[in-house]
Amino acid sequence: MSGATLNEERVSLRTRLAEKGIDGTTLLILPGIIFIFALFVYPFCYGLWLSFQPKVGGALANYEKFFSQPFLYNTIWTTMRLALPVTLINLLISLPIAFRVRLMRNQRLLTTLLILPITLGTVLVAEGMIFYLGPQGWFNRILLTFGLISAPLKLVNNYWGVFISLVITGFPFTFLLILSYVTGIDPSLEQAAATLGANARNRFREVFFPLLLPGLAITFCLAFVQAYSVLPSAVLVGDPANATRVISIAAYQAATEEYDYPMASAIAMIMGVTQLGVVALVLALRSLVYRGPVAAAKG
Amino acid sequence: MPKDTTISARLWAFAIWTLVGLFLINLLGLIGSVVTSSFATRWLGTWLPAGFTTRWYFSAWAEFQLDDVLTVTFQIVFAVVFLSGLIGVPVAYAMARRNFPGKQLVMILFLLPILVPPVTFGIPLATVLYKVGLGGSITGVILANLVPTVPFVILVMIPFIEQVDPRIESAARVFGANTRQVFLHVLLPILTPGVLAALLLVLVRTIAMFELTFLTAGPTSQTLVVALYYSVFAAGVRAVQSIDAMAVIYMLTTLVWLIIALRFVNPTQIVARAKREAN
Repeated sequence: MSGATLNEERVSLRTRLAEKGIDGTTLLILPGIIFIFALFVYPFCYGLWLSFQPKVGGALANYEKFFSQPFLYNTIWTTMRLALPVTLINLLISLPIAFRVRLMRNQRLLTTLLILPITLGTVLVAEGMIFYLGPQGWFNRILLTFGLISAPLKLVNNYWGVFISLVITGFPFTFLLILSYVTGIDPSLEQAAATLGANARNRFREVFFPLLLPGLAITFCLAFVQAYSVLPSAVLVGDPANATRVISIAAYQAATEEYDYPMASAIAMIMGVTQLGVVALVLALRSLVYRGPVAAAKG
Repeated sequence: MPKDTTISARLWAFAIWTLVGLFLINLLGLIGSVVTSSFATRWLGTWLPAGFTTRWYFSAWAEFQLDDVLTVTFQIVFAVVFLSGLIGVPVAYAMARRNFPGKQLVMILFLLPILVPPVTFGIPLATVLYKVGLGGSITGVILANLVPTVPFVILVMIPFIEQVDPRIESAARVFGANTRQVFLHVLLPILTPGVLAALLLVLVRTIAMFELTFLTAGPTSQTLVVALYYSVFAAGVRAVQSIDAMAVIYMLTTLVWLIIALRFVNPTQIVARAKREAN
């Protein structure tokens, strides 16, 4: 008698859970969640805790050290000075190109060529730049031959070296995301606007731009994250002691040269917070500029 | 769409194609410089090298122990590809098919590793891996590389699974298929193209992933890209041409996979499904 009631209750619990969408299939996410907790959330929390356990001084000593030494706190500005303009430029280049490519019948070859730098990776691009953009490289030679410049341009081992390498490696990613957002917009919307007499500029301003804005904001954030954690090119084609001493170099030096893991973790945390701050700012600006349905754009 | 034929529209189109052309020419020049240098006997201050040779490839292969490095690279890359598929695809399936309380929160959890720069979580992760004795080992490098690739597979696969009609699975159930049969005979064939596409992209990403491998690798678990970084960093110790030869080998290993990947994936449809103009 009592066993039967218990069984009934069990069945109803199972049905109730299933109604909320929890059943055997939902449990498939468990390995994923365990994985993210073990390899992302736990190390992150451990790093946060470690950053408050400095080798010398009180709990906040690492952060005090970071914000009292210009050698360290200037790295935030150095990184921003590189990452923000590079991300903006990549967005501004990608947008008109994506609008052109959208109208092409055969996009595949061009897209493949444009995204080639993704596979090259930052290290190979840096290696190529040392050659190609160096004082004896083809780039300077051609400009000299055509008389466009009188002395070779200094394009590597300074700010511009890192800048160029970030544009080359960041562009394909930005372009790919923007292209898929642009092609995701229903072409009939543009046709309707054209029928109603809107010219190209008005179609962009009144139809495409508001629909693209959420996608642009997300692309900016993802591209910014990549540019912000620049490490190999800042060392190889930059000026890692001064002009391009970015924050990841500082973190890396603390970890592997001074073996000061608490300090390295503190710098990593500062890096994450400043970066997420920019991301939050961009997303907040986006919702200030435009509020409205986004889903309508996707077919 | 009516063609815009005004002068300003043509100028604008011309400016954009010039920009694309310049980008591609310079990219070609950049790659060409590395390739030319890797075949050069001596190349100082001239348009082209004094002569051509293939010996740098043999010396690079021996000097950098590239057979070891390549073996390690592919061990790591294939383990990452297999494991991220194994963990990621079931999660994507559950996320696409079920609505459960806290789904948004779970989604944010899976997005975070992509939104946080690799160096930020790489340093604490490397510290933890060294603490549990996995630092510097191949296992450690594989685990570190999985952190961004598992969420990547999930994000790419969710829209793909969402567009598969759930009634196909129900129909199989009606005809008496059990879970294993539904999975083997219905889901697997439908999902294979999507899974293959996602995993090939993971493969290309992992070969090129520098930061995480750099932070967690030891001398015996270096991948090709990290070995290349060290040799460029210590330039001057070895002949430039042999570093370039290694760079060309690296470029070929990723290019082959990119070309294979692009046979299966249309790069423009990674985020959204494109709508074609009707006319």
